[in-house]
Amino acid sequence: MLEHYVSNELVRGVVQCVIAALAVFAVMLLARRRAPGLLGEISFAELRGLLQIFAVGAILAGLLRGPAWTSIFVLTGMILAAASIVRKRAKKIPRAFVLALIAIGVGAGTILSVMTATGVIPLKILTLVPVGSMVIANTMNTQSIFLDRFRGEVVSHVGEIESALALGATPDVAVELYLRAAFRASLIPAVDNIRSLGIVWIPGIMAGMVLSGASPLYAALYQFVVLATIFSSSALACFVASHLVAGRIFSIHGQLLLRA
Amino acid sequence: MECRDLGRELPSEPGRFLVQDISFSVESAEVLGVIGPSGAGKSTLLRLINRLDEPTQGTVFFKEQDYRSVDTATLRRSVGMVMQRAYLFPGTVAENLAFGPLQQGRTMNGAEIDSLLSEVGLAGYATRDALTLSGGEAQRVAITRALANDPEVLLLDEPTSALDEAARDSVQRLLEGLIRERHLTCIWVTHSLEQARVMADRILVLEAGRIKIIGTPAEVLPRA
Repeated sequence: MLEHYVSNELVRGVVQCVIAALAVFAVMLLARRRAPGLLGEISFAELRGLLQIFAVGAILAGLLRGPAWTSIFVLTGMILAAASIVRKRAKKIPRAFVLALIAIGVGAGTILSVMTATGVIPLKILTLVPVGSMVIANTMNTQSIFLDRFRGEVVSHVGEIESALALGATPDVAVELYLRAAFRASLIPAVDNIRSLGIVWIPGIMAGMVLSGASPLYAALYQFVVLATIFSSSALACFVASHLVAGRIFSIHGQLLLRA
Repeated sequence: MECRDLGRELPSEPGRFLVQDISFSVESAEVLGVIGPSGAGKSTLLRLINRLDEPTQGTVFFKEQDYRSVDTATLRRSVGMVMQRAYLFPGTVAENLAFGPLQQGRTMNGAEIDSLLSEVGLAGYATRDALTLSGGEAQRVAITRALANDPEVLLLDEPTSALDEAARDSVQRLLEGLIRERHLTCIWVTHSLEQARVMADRILVLEAGRIKIIGTPAEVLPRA
């Protein structure tokens, strides 16, 4: 229907964005008592996200004509931005930016390198940047959940952790249960995405490939590749973070520093 | 064990001390009661001795050795601590008891666990889920868990204050019995002057983070 009234593609895109943003705004307005303050946060996040994705679209339009190696700079920039966003979600964890940068860098960097080296992801900027961005964004979400959940577990189990310390446990042993809980919780969305693939949802890559003329069967298989890559990257990043985070919430003498 | 000029300044508020200039010693098999109003620094004192918090002044000596030169985990294995609440770990009672020795690489066998549980009146509790116990039972397990490490000094941070009256009496009787039979060296923080009078060889009164008086119950209690 929109195509009938707005023929210019760019203007139509803006109108579609406005309608989608209004839907978010309306839902958050409806549920404002359940999440006080989130309405303002999501409005700002929407505007920011829109400007960012538009800027990326403009950059991509320019980069698509460049060599494949330039995608490294784009992906590195995305990892830096992702670490910065995770840091804001993990405010009480000291040096969370460096922690997230290492975790996402190792997680997404390693998995994307392996997938590119084996030819699973073609070494073309047109593929590498969009797929890489999906992997980094999902790894970032998993990191945010992991660190937020871990912080929550620790501050609500200070007594148990200090009891373990008082019995002579090392910090790693004292928080082992809570690392496990956070690790598991952070990967639930990624596991559910794979589990419900094709049944509950047909994800973007597959839809895009089918729309652009690829065989639906190949598109379906490739979608699995992307989700499996996302899961590997997210899990590896959490694994790395789980080995680094305990060192940040205890002093060098094994005293718990993180409090509510 | 000896505290020398022990103190802790709040990192967020320089110049404000939670405890300050704390010096005293505890002899082997002695029970030192620590009393004082809320906020006097009683729990902070125990946390400093167990090194759950870092002193910003002074230090503690164990067997003439400055505790800052001892690995913290090793130190804590010889300084047991029982907190106001039991804070048991998920799992069975036996797993809770075996936790401390396991940190030293020692596995407790079933007979050792049963013997400890019998000693504290919890025979047959080894396979019980620790998180389903009553407050009094849980605190008994917490005390036994601390004793399973065979500590040289036992720190008791108001171990009966979170219990109902019946459980409080029963846990206090248990502690009295254990201290006498095992000749434990204890620092016992309590709100109860009566508990301090009955249990302590000497009493230390803390006020606003400093020692107000230290001496025998007969010397201290009339002035407390």
